[in-house]
Amino acid sequence: MAERQESERLVKLLSQQGDVLVGRWIEGVSHTLRGRLSVLELDRELRELYSALVEGLRAGGPDWRGEGWSEVRALLTELSRNRARQGFSPTETATAVFALKELLVPDTDTSQQDFAAYLELNRLVDALGLFTVETYSKTREEIIGAQAEQLLELSTPVVKLWDGVVAVPLVGTLDSARTQVVMEKLLQTLVDTGSEQAIIDITGVPAVDTEVAQHLLKTVVAARLMGAECTISGIRPQIAQTIVALGIQFGDIVTKATLADALKHALRRIGTSPEAAAATVRGAR
Amino acid sequence: MSERIPVLRIGDVLLVSIQTDLEDQSVLDLQEDLAERIVETGAQGVVIDITALEIVDSFVGRMLATTAAISRILDAETVLVGMRPAVAITLVELGLSLGGVRTALSLERGLAMLGRAGGVGAGRA
Repeated sequence: MAERQESERLVKLLSQQGDVLVGRWIEGVSHTLRGRLSVLELDRELRELYSALVEGLRAGGPDWRGEGWSEVRALLTELSRNRARQGFSPTETATAVFALKELLVPDTDTSQQDFAAYLELNRLVDALGLFTVETYSKTREEIIGAQAEQLLELSTPVVKLWDGVVAVPLVGTLDSARTQVVMEKLLQTLVDTGSEQAIIDITGVPAVDTEVAQHLLKTVVAARLMGAECTISGIRPQIAQTIVALGIQFGDIVTKATLADALKHALRRIGTSPEAAAATVRGAR
Repeated sequence: MSERIPVLRIGDVLLVSIQTDLEDQSVLDLQEDLAERIVETGAQGVVIDITALEIVDSFVGRMLATTAAISRILDAETVLVGMRPAVAITLVELGLSLGGVRTALSLERGLAMLGRAGGVGAGRA
């Protein structure tokens, strides 16, 4: 029950000169943020947090994980999420909470009772500070995850080259996750556009090892299963040498040196002569 | 008791349209029915439409290949049409490339393919 008393004492201390304390807190925090956040916004944020904190102490006592503190936790989560998105450093984010400690500093006149309350506040602020940092890093991880996903999407466009011919220009290293995305996108496009010819252009793939080759083969076989033909193009001389040296068998899969050759091949396969196609293009101009 | 998958006749072509996810027993039934119908009608081609098929396992995958092989022995060319991307990926991951089976993107193209191959009067019967 001693802790309960300390919490009550703390509530009293914090609410007695509430405005003065919040003012000092805001001032301290805005100093570390060096004007990157508007004072008005900071003022609103911290005032809200302060009253939630006092309320939490009153209702929930010292147990910051408890029901009574849910408001404080929600506000802190929002605060650290915003800071993470706005690009503040973890230190700047956590300082906002740790600066609370500076408000109540014991001196020689401090009574035994107050001293215990101060220690209590210290303990609480530490816990809340860590909570803030944790939320901050979690948000950062979410952002990184989302970006990685976007990058994955960005790096695998499926383009339509001709009626019935689609191509995927692959750029960068192929791994299982990317192959999966490429495969799904390519196959879906084949269905959506009703294309019977697909070209996978690997000009932008820096190296082909057995794993990458395996992934390519899988994609080609999957396309074949759906009733489409797949050509692999953009094989550079060094890569051709590597493929042969590694003993990778492409079997009956058509491979071409350049995308242009592959397009020619695909056009022939769908029954359009490349010359007629070229004439169509010239006519369109 | 699983339902039997209907085998429809269009001219010289038999059409099998699979509308539900397949159970092992229904695949076996289908194989039996199809073989009988090919002999009965003297069909030249078989189109298996799996547009609605969303889930395959290795058994169903293998059975599709076997069904095609059986039809070929009975002198009917088989075309597998409308495979979904997810199904294709699954089959590849399972290591089933359905070697001798011909495939087409859509039912229309499958029928056209049969028409080209053996002068089968597809679609106009």
